Amino acid sequence: MDAMPAPVRHADPMVPRPFRITRVIREIDGVFTWRLAAVDGAPFDFRPGQFNMVTQFGVGEIPVSISGDCRRPETLVHTIRAVGPVTEAMQGLRAGAIVGIRGPFGRPWPIDAAIGSDVIFVTSTIGLAPLRPLILEVLHRRQDFGKVVICYGTRGIHDIMFEEDLHAWRARFDTNVHLTVHSAPSGYRGRVGGVAAAIHAARIDGPATVAFVCRSEALTRQAVNTLGERGVTPDRVWVTLERNMKCGIGLCGHCQFGPSFMCKDGPVYRFDEIEALYSVREF
Amino acid sequence: MQHVGAEPPDPPALRHTADRSRRIALDQCAAAPNADASRMPPAPALLTRDGLDALLAALHADGFRVLGPTVQDGAIIYDDVVRVADLPVGWTDRQDGGSYRLERRDDTAVFGHTVGPYAWKRFLHPPLLRLWRAEPGADGVEIATDAHAAQPMAFLGVRACELQAIAIQDKVFLHGPFVDPHYKARRQGLFIVAVNCGQAGGTCFCASMQAGPKAEAGFDLALTELADGFLVEAGTARGAVLLDRLPHRPASEEEQQQAAAIVAATAAQMGRHIPDAAALPALLLGNLDHPRWDAVAQRCLSCGNCTQVCPTCFCTNVTDTTDLTGATDRTRRWDSCFAVDFSYIHGGAVRPAPRSRYRQWMTHKLASWVAQFGTSGCTGCGRCVTWCPVGIDITEEVAAIRAAPAPAAAAPAAPQSPP
Amino acid sequence: MVNIVGLEDTLAAHPFAADMDPDVLRTIAGCCSNAIYHPGDYLFREGEPADAFFLIRHGQVALEIHVPQGAPIVVETLEDGEIFGWSWMLAPYTWSNDARANDQVRVLKLDATCLRRKMEADRALGYELYRRFLPVMAQRLASSRMRIVELATEPRPIRARPKG
Ligand SMILES: Cc1cc2nc3c(=O)[nH]c(=O)nc-3n(C[C@H](O)[C@H](O)[C@H](O)COP(=O)(O)OP(=O)(O)OC[C@H]3O[C@@H](n4cnc5c(N)ncnc54)[C@H](O)[C@@H]3O)c2cc1C
Ligand code: SF4
Ligand code: SF4
Ligand code: FES
Repeated sequence: MDAMPAPVRHADPMVPRPFRITRVIREIDGVFTWRLAAVDGAPFDFRPGQFNMVTQFGVGEIPVSISGDCRRPETLVHTIRAVGPVTEAMQGLRAGAIVGIRGPFGRPWPIDAAIGSDVIFVTSTIGLAPLRPLILEVLHRRQDFGKVVICYGTRGIHDIMFEEDLHAWRARFDTNVHLTVHSAPSGYRGRVGGVAAAIHAARIDGPATVAFVCRSEALTRQAVNTLGERGVTPDRVWVTLERNMKCGIGLCGHCQFGPSFMCKDGPVYRFDEIEALYSVREF
Repeated sequence: MQHVGAEPPDPPALRHTADRSRRIALDQCAAAPNADASRMPPAPALLTRDGLDALLAALHADGFRVLGPTVQDGAIIYDDVVRVADLPVGWTDRQDGGSYRLERRDDTAVFGHTVGPYAWKRFLHPPLLRLWRAEPGADGVEIATDAHAAQPMAFLGVRACELQAIAIQDKVFLHGPFVDPHYKARRQGLFIVAVNCGQAGGTCFCASMQAGPKAEAGFDLALTELADGFLVEAGTARGAVLLDRLPHRPASEEEQQQAAAIVAATAAQMGRHIPDAAALPALLLGNLDHPRWDAVAQRCLSCGNCTQVCPTCFCTNVTDTTDLTGATDRTRRWDSCFAVDFSYIHGGAVRPAPRSRYRQWMTHKLASWVAQFGTSGCTGCGRCVTWCPVGIDITEEVAAIRAAPAPAAAAPAAPQSPP
Repeated sequence: MVNIVGLEDTLAAHPFAADMDPDVLRTIAGCCSNAIYHPGDYLFREGEPADAFFLIRHGQVALEIHVPQGAPIVVETLEDGEIFGWSWMLAPYTWSNDARANDQVRVLKLDATCLRRKMEADRALGYELYRRFLPVMAQRLASSRMRIVELATEPRPIRARPKG
């Protein structure tokens, strides 16, 4: 009964399906969340950690993780940070606009790897978006896991995304949220510092813990090292990596990372399996 | 016109002519090219030169678009061919690292050349292709795709290394979790007339890559050019059926020996080799910081020629263009890992240095490919050596790393494949 | 009146003193006192003489940097089990930032003048304290560097242009 719905595969994987934006939510400056519904009304099944190739017609197509709840396939959710031409144009779209969706693609977070263990989520800024479906699913199946800890870092107190969720999670007695910001005005009562300090503060039982890390690649190593200091070995740390992606289906070659295609063998990897290549510069 | 989504009117730009050409039975499914080998004729046949013309005529009569080698712009170029006279009769090529020249032969051999700058991938995986067109419509947007060409293709003069290249691209486009519908449509019904090489090109090393010079599988018919005719072997039932319609006689024992000797001589002629290709994944992935990458980067211009001529390179990019009606076309075109933007993510390229781009190309070809597709990505065709403006030679680069590998070179473990 | 024996136990229970030699512990405890701060209290302020360092037992302390425009900026918060303040080790022994209690904060306060004197007299004690301080300093420095990397590489989102 508890099985997640299985994603379906489309006939021509290069052709997007039209989706209508039903709601635009402004998360923070320059970051927005879309709620979408398929124009043909069909539900959109996916697994936490998967992404879509999202097209704004006439502008371009980019990979975007799914940030919604996989138990609610009638609503597709994407959270996007405007950083360049495509994402900035997307920021200009309003409810009612039609965009193209191809997906879901990629290897999901291996939620089963954490069953029976404590779980720690380590993420910063927009990295919470790809982790959100997994957090929701873990909380949905809360009894399958031990302690649940969320370590989330942002630049400042105005850059905290999904604040409503964070409040809701924090309010649960079975979930610890360690929110940290790089700086705050005097009088702020929350934690100020790096995500590493938040991991230390979480006082996890390393050997019993599985970690899911979603941060920019430059900072992934630091998270893994800090988790290591806490006793979480790299074979129990799952991370996401990022590469240019043009097809999402293993055919354009752009997302290659040595033997793997990030779009189909990633973007989620177990850290010990990629550690050697991750350490090679410019690979 | 094939509509995806709701029912839009045919945009005139995309209207195509209906299935007017005869479709031939898909007895040579791309996935199992040799399924009918058991029904092959017992012995090879001999086809005269006129017989070759008859072969061309028969393929045309069966509705194929027949493509073969021609002489154009001073090179062997694959293009539409109608008769033997369209082929490079009496021509050969002289190739070396960074150089290519066509020369007259002192005989009238039809296939007395080797491979040129074109590869068959141009027809199966075209350099430029519209993936879809989206137009504003009643329900927001209407998306349509071009119909796949109805006419099946026949390739004439496919070399062993090129059969291997097609088999490799089959793995990429047909046998992964996602199938490229465009490749699949072009590949279906493809009729292949292979040619066993009568001489090695100046940069060939297919023998050491176990990809030639004899066509072993993946063809309907295979020819070996003899002094006065062609020894023909059928690889499929439909090849045998076609052969039956051509003027031919059984090949003599002597002719069969001649053909074998020609192929053996070709193999012996090759001046370049990559020995023990099976050891390359461990060798190269264990030497990602070898000083040789710096050395080759000193010479490499990052022009991407090697990727464009390589028969197995498959990378593409897409561009979206709009017109005044508000319609969007998405076009796919060949891309190259030598382009800086190829690896661009917000903030900069992952592989800004030419060193990392050459390393990406070569380790992909010879090492990562094996983990990805269960085969090397190199067939030893030599094109990248010939067409590199500065003559960078993949066999030499391998040899240099092999001569001085990093101590205790160990390949990083391949990431676990998706569940 | 300060109860020295009780303080020695309290000190020994703090991670900073983990596995500390009993003699060293006793010597340090001689310079130690308990202190309590209420929300908003300053533990020290920039420019004041650095005459102590602190082991947090309970509560959260904010390290703040004063900026001419507006409220001071909190650059780091520290909690139970952590230590802070190293200006007492380096001339000219003045604090380079403010430290303020975010809530009810209980600390062990070590008198720097007392400690410096004992360390001068007993180099082994000095070594022991440096050995415990350096890793903390190094970790904070490394983490600050990573925070610079994060701030430098994290794209600054483009703000939505107001619709006219
Ligand atoms: C698997 C995956 C999931 C992602 N999920 C999200 C998400 O949930 N929310 C979000 O805001 N962003 C996400 N991104 C990043 C997002 O794809 C890029 O920010 C976006 O492509 C930038 O495009 P641009 O044209 O606005 O900017 P530019 O930086 O100018 O990009 C130009 C082009 O480069 C490529 N490109 C640039 N940055 C990236 C990148 N980081 N990754 C891949 N290709 C890139 C794209 O083809 C893009 O069109 C994800 C990336 C990947 C690979
Ligand atoms: S890498 Fe060079 S030799 Fe190998 S198949 Fe490609 S072009 Fe031919
Ligand atoms: S190896 Fe030669 S052909 Fe390839 S990119 Fe470099 S210079 Fe160009
Ligand atoms: S995005 Fe095209 S191969 Fe992965």
